[in-house]
Amino acid sequence: MAIHRHDNHKSANAVMEWVDKRFPATKVWNEHLAEYMAAKNFNFWYFFGSLAILMLVLQLATGIFLTMHYKPDAQLAFASVEYIMRDVPFGWLVRYLHATGASMFFVVVYLHMFRGVIYGSHREPRELVWLIGCVIFVALMAEAFMGYLLPWGNMSYWGAQVILSLFDVIPYVGPALTEWIRGDFVISDATLNRFFAFHVILLPLILVALVFLHLVALHQVGSNNPDGIDIYDHVDEDGKPLDGIAFFPYMVIKDLIGVAGFLIIYLGIVFFWPDGGGVLLEKDNFAPANPLQTPPDIVPLWYFTPFYSILRASTTSLLFALEIITGLIVLWLWIRAKVSIKVKIGFTLLAIGVFFGLQFGSGKAWGVILMAAAIVCFFLLPWLDRSPVYSIRYRSLPFKIALVLFLVAFVTLGYLGMNAPTPGKTLLAQICTVVYFAFFALMPWFTSIGKTKPEPSRVVYEAH
Amino acid sequence: MKKLSLLLVALVSSVVIGSSAFAAGGHGAAVDKVHMNMSDKASLQSGAKIFVNYCLSCHSAQYSRYNRVAKDLEIPLWQLKENLMFTTEKEGDLMKTTMPEEDAKAWFGVAPPDLSLVARVRSPDWIYTYLRAFYIDESSPSGWNNSLFENVAMPHAMYELQGVQKVVGKVDSDSHGAIDTHASNDAVGDALGDHKVVGDTIFELSHPGKLTPAEFDKSMADLTAFLSYMAEPVQLQRKTIGVYTIAFLIILLLLCMILKKEYWRDVH
Repeated sequence: MAIHRHDNHKSANAVMEWVDKRFPATKVWNEHLAEYMAAKNFNFWYFFGSLAILMLVLQLATGIFLTMHYKPDAQLAFASVEYIMRDVPFGWLVRYLHATGASMFFVVVYLHMFRGVIYGSHREPRELVWLIGCVIFVALMAEAFMGYLLPWGNMSYWGAQVILSLFDVIPYVGPALTEWIRGDFVISDATLNRFFAFHVILLPLILVALVFLHLVALHQVGSNNPDGIDIYDHVDEDGKPLDGIAFFPYMVIKDLIGVAGFLIIYLGIVFFWPDGGGVLLEKDNFAPANPLQTPPDIVPLWYFTPFYSILRASTTSLLFALEIITGLIVLWLWIRAKVSIKVKIGFTLLAIGVFFGLQFGSGKAWGVILMAAAIVCFFLLPWLDRSPVYSIRYRSLPFKIALVLFLVAFVTLGYLGMNAPTPGKTLLAQICTVVYFAFFALMPWFTSIGKTKPEPSRVVYEAH
Repeated sequence: MKKLSLLLVALVSSVVIGSSAFAAGGHGAAVDKVHMNMSDKASLQSGAKIFVNYCLSCHSAQYSRYNRVAKDLEIPLWQLKENLMFTTEKEGDLMKTTMPEEDAKAWFGVAPPDLSLVARVRSPDWIYTYLRAFYIDESSPSGWNNSLFENVAMPHAMYELQGVQKVVGKVDSDSHGAIDTHASNDAVGDALGDHKVVGDTIFELSHPGKLTPAEFDKSMADLTAFLSYMAEPVQLQRKTIGVYTIAFLIILLLLCMILKKEYWRDVH
């Protein structure tokens, strides 16, 4: 028996040798899994990277099966979804997995981004990892937006109508551009067909490619850790970090706990609460698209609502408030700030430009600009953050206060975006919008003040 | 860090609860809470019978199939053919109405909507209230009106069962959302005598129908249960599969935790 096993082992080795001469299989395996070192003190927040990959794979898999039965045709689309829900064996499960999966993907991605912010994973040398991640976020929003049109329910229809009409505010080319994107004067069969093509081919390809780049960039610089320190500062004689541990099998097995725990929540929703009380599957979307009947409240899905709220908050009074804030910042620069005269003049000219821009643009046009700016802010984070330490564990109090305020503003904006506006709610959304942008605009300031705690030289870890 | 996580959880859960309560409550229209049991096959069968007799002549249920309904509701095929199939001969057919859409538009002004998904577009409570809120109204073209859906084009299809209701007044109440019929009827019922509260409106039965008010309410609860079933036929099996799936995942989670502990034994 022993000889037999030895032979098998030998022949397996021979196969790998043959492959390795022609393809770097063992090399890639070792570099990216068996010998990729990650800090051993990864906590709960580190589950969300692997969970995002899980969601990507699940969305691709369920999407393929949905495509087999779905009809991208304005006359047939809605009925084909009901056909999947009723007549296709386990079609209902695949459809719920895909629809709930979109929401869960965003939950995971938002938490993954939040992890980056609190542990300083966006800081040097991981700026490109963060930037590629931000592009993934934007691509994911496009993917979700186009996918949401496909069921051809009334909310799909009107949601797409409202969001696409935002392009109308672009000066001169806006209306022509909107028409070009839609392929018609209104959302129609032509729009549905092209959105289907983008949703099932173009954006999934882009997403997979971006995720690959995200991982390549990550593995070039190594993973961060909850202490935000470099584990390669302390290495053994082989050059391996003392606080590092091989990704395979250790991290992979640890991530399995995250996967099982996550699946309990995800499948719990799929099986027991698939419409999420009207938040995950909206009531109006169970009626087929009807160009003559606008739903009472057109709301996007929850993962867009913080940005949608910022769009809606942009009224003349918000623009007026922004003008005052711009004026105050310039005043402060000249009186108190210790910066060179060039910076002062530069900022003043910029402020004058912004001031006149706010005077001339309409509320809606500025709303679109603010909404885009709200997303662009994330891209700038690595350069706005000036704190000497990376992790929230050692950050100064001003940063912690600012982060809590931002978090409250972001979640409040999300909530407000799900509801019809009232004067009180609009005012609250405007205050939250100011807090949202202030978080990014003032970050260079509040990350450089206050007393930070000393970072440890080795990661904090207790064996369990 | 723990405090921040707790804050995040508190924020998100308050938003989830707040917005789902908002979505469930709709726009604050007073509706009665329906008492229905989706695993009560007799109730669903009774609802199906009312549906094909009173609804299907004008409304379609074009995504639903006769034989699927029979299978899910445990109705024998011969009974299905004799008692439920009026619009077709083939048991695998979709439940379409025989009324042509153009005629419907001419008669009612609008084509009656398809009812396959109505329970998910509205809500079971809304349907239960709507079905019981028809009253006589000389000013309306059909002679009928509805206190939950004012000036609806639909006439009272089930007046022979319910009889004829007249509006007596409105319930003066600041309460929004679902009102428990049993509670409100008990509380208000004594003072009202023969009057009945549906949604926010007080009715008087001027001509009795074939059914007593209590029997009619039960029939409408059955019909609501059937419409809810039809909006999502798989809901009867979905939760059962869910229980097994979650049980499996909990075992998987425990195994993963044991496996991780074993692998990480040497990590100090």
